Amino acid sequence: MKSLLHRAWPVAVAAVLAILPFSAVDIPVLFDGPFAQPGTLQLLAMCLIFAGVVQSYDLQFGRTGLMSFGHALYFAAGAYPTCVLVRAGWPLWQAAAAALCAGTLLAVVLGAIALHTDGIGFAMVTLAFAQAGTLTITLNPAGLTGGDEGLVLNGPGLPAWLTGVTNTANLYWLALAYVCAAVAVVWLLMASPAGRIITGVRDDTRRVSVLGLNSYVVKLSVFTLSGVLAAAGGIVYVLTTGGVSPHVASTAFTLTLLVMVVIGGPGTRWGPVLGAVVYTYLDQRLTAVSGAVSVSPGTPGWLAGLLSQPLLLLGIVFILLVYFAPGGLSALRPRKSFGRTDTTPPGDFQKARRRVAKLRR
Amino acid sequence: MTTIVLLAVTGLGLAALYFLAASGLTLVFGLADVLNLAHGLLVSVGAYTAWVTATSLGGSHPSTRDIAIAVVAGTAAGALAATVVEVTMIRPLYQRTFEQILITVGLSLAGVALLQIVWGTQPLTFPKPAWTATVSTIAGMAVPNHSLILIAAAATVLIGLTLFLRHTRIGLIVRAGVQDREMVIALGVNVRTAFTVVFAIGGAAAALGGALGGIYFGAIDPSQGAALLIFAIGVVIIGGKGSITGTAVAATVVGLLQQFVNYYAAAGAGDLCVIALLAAVVLVRPQGLAGGKTA
Repeated sequence: MKSLLHRAWPVAVAAVLAILPFSAVDIPVLFDGPFAQPGTLQLLAMCLIFAGVVQSYDLQFGRTGLMSFGHALYFAAGAYPTCVLVRAGWPLWQAAAAALCAGTLLAVVLGAIALHTDGIGFAMVTLAFAQAGTLTITLNPAGLTGGDEGLVLNGPGLPAWLTGVTNTANLYWLALAYVCAAVAVVWLLMASPAGRIITGVRDDTRRVSVLGLNSYVVKLSVFTLSGVLAAAGGIVYVLTTGGVSPHVASTAFTLTLLVMVVIGGPGTRWGPVLGAVVYTYLDQRLTAVSGAVSVSPGTPGWLAGLLSQPLLLLGIVFILLVYFAPGGLSALRPRKSFGRTDTTPPGDFQKARRRVAKLRR
Repeated sequence: MTTIVLLAVTGLGLAALYFLAASGLTLVFGLADVLNLAHGLLVSVGAYTAWVTATSLGGSHPSTRDIAIAVVAGTAAGALAATVVEVTMIRPLYQRTFEQILITVGLSLAGVALLQIVWGTQPLTFPKPAWTATVSTIAGMAVPNHSLILIAAAATVLIGLTLFLRHTRIGLIVRAGVQDREMVIALGVNVRTAFTVVFAIGGAAAALGGALGGIYFGAIDPSQGAALLIFAIGVVIIGGKGSITGTAVAATVVGLLQQFVNYYAAAGAGDLCVIALLAAVVLVRPQGLAGGKTA
């Protein structure tokens, strides 16, 4: 029964999320309007997309122990080709398929080179590769990528049910489908025998090699799968926001993903998803609130300035979290399950302690 | 011929900038395996401190003395900022490399946001004396002064650092620490002090690069430090971690390659070439050009 509940509740969460666009529930402070409103759905869709992308990043980072500083490149490898090809008149599904292939190829080739290094070297090399991506995009070869301005998604191949404000619910469902797929892939993979090997590579690469397994191949497979999931996220992102800018290929973007994972708790079941939702929500809301605050008279200038750059507050909160909550948000609640950071006494112990306290009284 | 000399000198100027930014990075990386992502922020600290000092001393046309004071102030601010960051934020997480890197990630994000709040996102014109924008004639060749300043500064830092590493006790600890940190700690040597000193020197060099970079580029903006950091990281990988000589050689190669390819091929192609070179080095010689020698 317990294991059934354990398995059923992610499905329940997904089901609740799926019916949100029909809900007229209005949470006053947290959201601008009821869930059914396009603005709210758009915000939620962004949270979901980042939850999926962060899940893909955590597959490398929290699960396999590969710290990449270039994950944004694979996200951009999904977003940019989709946008460019749709603008060139391709049907959306073909453009998306081509973008996925591009993302896969890029991840295999660059991963194969970068994985010759490990640890910080790997972080540096992936960062440099991602920078090559940013440079290519800003160089605007043949006017394809739109340079610093970015691109707006339009073209005859775009299906009508995915465009326009009235169809935001469809985009929201697409984002939900993406995050469910990304989470399912990572969770199922980690529950399989291959997942054990991945954990082994993270915890003791040398031992895995001694067992006769090729850790390079394991890492490259994970890197590729993670890149493909990120590229898929890029495709959904470009549809949801209706365009793309070079920021999605930048180092800052990767660092944001890293921040989300660490806020939530790397390598945990819900941590990355939680971290991504919290971070994306705060980032988007703070920007919106600062817009509202700066037009209202009597606001001190420093406050408007502070809110206009959410990264200052988020960065400081992040630093404090690293000091005071090393396992991220998901390590804050008491857990009964096993885990490396788990220091909570088992249930029986708690019960005994309570009984002793009662006797003392 | 004139073009080639001009490109070589401006390329060397760029190389000098990369060396200034990368020298601290490579020592910190070599000594403690910490990739300091806030290093770009230290570049900006130098640049903005110099900008504020120069503007308040001499307006938009400061004298040579004003700009010299500004550069010194920027360098000092960088050293101070690096020391404060190391002592208050990095040191409490001693030997927890991963958390240390995360702290620098948070710092780099928050720091750039702070710069944007205070000075805006647009580039600021860097005040400089007129002679820095002109050329000097050396052996019949016209060479731009702003590059010469950078080259001279980088050469001084290179000589200074080499002497420091070879002839002081802390330098000895740093060299030993880069080769085998565990052994140095096991011998009871205090690596922490050496680490703080290296961090401060690295911060000073980066800030000097930032201040002189303001003169070289003519303008500063909040994202400049991060952009420079990426090439500095490339230089560190190509040069080999913890090696000052390797860093100097790699910076020269990268600066010249970038400048020449950008001119003769297409603008931006040089930047991509640098990353291709980096990929080649990673494949052929993952330990970098120097491969474990510090100075």
